[in-house]
Amino acid sequence: MKAFLKRYRVFLLLIIINIVIGFALPDIGLKSISITKQNFIEMISVIPPIFILLGLLDVWVDRATMMKYTGKGSGLKGILIAFLLGSAAAGPLYAAFPVAGVMLKKGSSLFNVFIFIGAWSTTKIPMLTFEAASLGLTFTLTRLVLSIIGILIIAVTTEKALNKDQQKKIYELNQ
Amino acid sequence: MFTYILYGLAGTGLAMSFFKDRNKTKMALKKAWKSFENILPQFLSILIIIGLALAILSPETITNLLGMRSGIWGVLGAALIGSITLIPGFVAFPLAAALLKNGAGYMQIAAFVSTLMMVGIVTLPLEIKTFGKRATIIRNISAFVFSMIAAFVIGVVL
Repeated sequence: MKAFLKRYRVFLLLIIINIVIGFALPDIGLKSISITKQNFIEMISVIPPIFILLGLLDVWVDRATMMKYTGKGSGLKGILIAFLLGSAAAGPLYAAFPVAGVMLKKGSSLFNVFIFIGAWSTTKIPMLTFEAASLGLTFTLTRLVLSIIGILIIAVTTEKALNKDQQKKIYELNQ
Repeated sequence: MFTYILYGLAGTGLAMSFFKDRNKTKMALKKAWKSFENILPQFLSILIIIGLALAILSPETITNLLGMRSGIWGVLGAALIGSITLIPGFVAFPLAAALLKNGAGYMQIAAFVSTLMMVGIVTLPLEIKTFGKRATIIRNISAFVFSMIAAFVIGVVL
């Protein structure tokens, strides 16, 4: 119980804040509850398959295979695989972090994991079709080309900004 | 639609895994639950924060804030709103389209969409769990800078 309270203290505090706001400003309070509910349903409907696939990935893909395809020295092939994995995803970016954790645990290179995160954030295929429908093809394609370049630059920048020790610590975080 | 494909994949994967090795499948499901439970407290907190943020910063408010404004301040404002808020795509893109109609330029819209997807201030605690503080902060700052540059390029092209 104590451990539960400790882990969920921020969440519980937020609920209290939401209730207080609900009493002070009923409009905003009610609206926030309905948005939270809608988002919760939306998220909880995409999240189960992502985590099941994560579990299967963790159990069935051994370290040697993951290292061979996305580890250090996997070259262009590794980048492409990371990119496609991220683009084929669905769901919010924060669902990508645990998946990235499993990739790190299995020996993917940090660079490729950042490519994966970048692809998950901006080049998800279902999102792109939706973007094109709302904002037009020219806008979407221009942004896509820029994003692909940007994902590479961000991955390089982030990796280069970490020294050997700091990189090792990230791997230790995900053991 | 895409969610169904994902469910199909997960279902097929589970069935194949179960057929090959029951124990490993059990382990996979345990791992799946453990990873989910691991992020659950933050996940729930994020949902409430988004709910509150969007109730206060409603699509109408965002339109008012960004619709009229243009130029560099508009771009910066759009990028900041995109970084702070976490709006699912099916809400964000129609909102962006509405912003365009209400007078926002392509530059502002590009900044908003790009930071919305790449920069996550609310989700920083979750990202730090996987990547640590330093990498997380650097990734988010680079993504922010990139979004601004992309916005200017799109503003020039379109």
